[in-house]
Amino acid sequence: MVEAQEDFVQERETKIIKGNIAAAYAAKSARVQVISAYPITPQTTVVEKLSEFVDNGEMPGTEYIKVESEHSVMASIIGASTAGTRTFTATSGQGLFYMYEMVHWAAGARLPIVTTIASRGPAPPWNIWADFTDIMSCRDTGWMISFAANHQEIYDDILMSYKISEDYDILLPKFVAYGGFTVSHTSKPVTIEDQDAVDKFLPPLPDERGWPHIFLDPERPMMHGNLIMPSGFYNEFRLKIHHTMLLAKEKIREVTDEFGNTFGRQYGNGLIQEYKMNDADVAIINYGELAMQMEQAVDDLREEGYKVGCVKLRYFRPFPVEDVINIARKVKVLGVADRATAFGSPTGGPLSSEVKSALHNSGVSTQVLPIIMGLGGREVSLEQQKNQLKVLTKINETGEFPNNMIGGTFWDGLLEVE
Amino acid sequence: MVSIKEALEKYQEEFFLAGNSTCAGCGLEIALRWAMKALGPNTSLVTPASCLNVVVGLWPKAAPNFPFMNMAFAAGAAAATGVSAAFKAKAHRFPGKVWEKMTTLVFAGDGGTTDIGIQGLSGAAERNSNIIYCCYDNEAYMNTGIQRSSSTPHGAVTTTTTLGKERYKKNLPRIMAAHEIPYVATCSVSEPLDIFEKFKKAKSIEGCKYIHILASCPPGWGIASEDSIEIPRLAVKTGSWILYEIEKGVITLSKKSKPLLDPSKRAPLIEYLSRQKRFSKLSEKDLIELQEILDLQWLNIASEIKCQENPS
Repeated sequence: MVEAQEDFVQERETKIIKGNIAAAYAAKSARVQVISAYPITPQTTVVEKLSEFVDNGEMPGTEYIKVESEHSVMASIIGASTAGTRTFTATSGQGLFYMYEMVHWAAGARLPIVTTIASRGPAPPWNIWADFTDIMSCRDTGWMISFAANHQEIYDDILMSYKISEDYDILLPKFVAYGGFTVSHTSKPVTIEDQDAVDKFLPPLPDERGWPHIFLDPERPMMHGNLIMPSGFYNEFRLKIHHTMLLAKEKIREVTDEFGNTFGRQYGNGLIQEYKMNDADVAIINYGELAMQMEQAVDDLREEGYKVGCVKLRYFRPFPVEDVINIARKVKVLGVADRATAFGSPTGGPLSSEVKSALHNSGVSTQVLPIIMGLGGREVSLEQQKNQLKVLTKINETGEFPNNMIGGTFWDGLLEVE
Repeated sequence: MVSIKEALEKYQEEFFLAGNSTCAGCGLEIALRWAMKALGPNTSLVTPASCLNVVVGLWPKAAPNFPFMNMAFAAGAAAATGVSAAFKAKAHRFPGKVWEKMTTLVFAGDGGTTDIGIQGLSGAAERNSNIIYCCYDNEAYMNTGIQRSSSTPHGAVTTTTTLGKERYKKNLPRIMAAHEIPYVATCSVSEPLDIFEKFKKAKSIEGCKYIHILASCPPGWGIASEDSIEIPRLAVKTGSWILYEIEKGVITLSKKSKPLLDPSKRAPLIEYLSRQKRFSKLSEKDLIELQEILDLQWLNIASEIKCQENPS
């Protein structure tokens, strides 16, 4: 066990900061050892803040690599993680697409890398605003993917992510995604925890060599990633990644509980967070910042007598299949709202396609309304979300779907086109 | 310079072991074997997509007796930068251990260096990442079946230049020197002691070191396996491949190349080219032109050296 470095002190403190700055504070609290970064909007202020921390001597012993592209970001992070250090980086949209080859590599190599994504819309046309299509494109990479709905959740989720990823039974990389500008560049109070308390929850790496079974050590020379023939264990290695994803659900619940007990902030069962679901007739599943606003919409409509609820999806990978079935069982009509696209998929939205897939053959006959909204940062107002709940209520009462559905999906908030 | 006797007596330990699956007469094997003899056991290697990924042995077999990381094609220099940074971070947390003595090495082919890997390599050089980056240059994509790279010389036939390559070989060592890194060197697998010396020197220097080794490839060059040393030796003797070091911007010709400043000491280029099937499509006119280009290159080097010696 390594002793905490005495020159690395942080007392519990609440600051009013932007989402990106909360991410930087989390990396600092987690005592990351190697950071590699390349600027991209809207992520940039994460790595600017970390640069400030490192240059001011607030992160002693942390190496900060300023690379020339996102491909090199993830390549260098993979190198550093293979050598047994805790690593951090952040990116967005096009940057994530550019590093995509290495994203797969990190998971295949079973490295516990944590990366934050300030999500933005893919180009063309150029777009830098909130849209989760970037992170959704990593669905099948073997990374765990969670959404942080607010500023505090970014900080908290990063700390939990290291604990989950680095668990000896897991060893998979993890993304924490949040909305570009909507969260990355707005300010809210965030509690930065006392360093000793964080160290207790998430100890600095205890083993000099690195991760179990993964190390670059002349005492124990090891090959990483050499060619394997079709008759070798390739299929079995892949199955292990999937199996680990399934196991990770329990680990996520456990770590979320432990985090709640330690720091007093609860995040449902880790995978999802329900809001006023017990007597709801209809409900909507959201992710990201719009899941927070939806709680307000639920409160407002309940005052008007509507029996509505909502669910915040925290994890997209591993996908909370059992929780989704349970939610669907509780209501008569379930809306699934995507701020992302999955062109040509059954619903056009990544989450709604997943939910429909999870419900198939589950014995639950709840009506599902796929919703797509807010792409490329288009504002989704409180009124709009209230209306979505009313649309669901109408479906429940009359069986009538909105008349402007496209391919079975409700595209909400489109401009009027002649 | 270390003598053959000394090298064989003092540096018997092998790190790139027998039983690997290189072709008979593979230049890469000689290059890596002598590089590792010079660098010793506290070395961690990163290799992007290249023959080396394959010839080290198929899983679970492994010929390298040192930490070895396979990497994606474009990612050699960046991954090594990460490894090197991690060793430094570990040295901070665990002082007095092996981590502060580690050398991070990249061994990449010419495709992984001069084409797809050049952006990452240029980034590492500009950052002066503490790595040794070695390009073993067999002058085409040999692993995928002899396709042209930007390091393929003019006139060479490959599976994607069936009439001989029109364009010329990219001069990567000079591009690396233009990054003002502390050490750039060229080697040939025909001169293993020169490889040994240059890797020893590179190890002693902090920052980004670049070593470019001409490595023969019998199937790719259309030469017999037993000529695998002789042909690159002819490359040096004809002056077609020049052995040198560049430190702090100053170029020094190495032992085998220095006498060739005198044109009469250089063997005619045709002696090198005519022994390889890949140059079989060159016309007489091409050969005369290539000899002229080479002579001009030597005139430039001579004047560069003269300038360095008499700056006024």
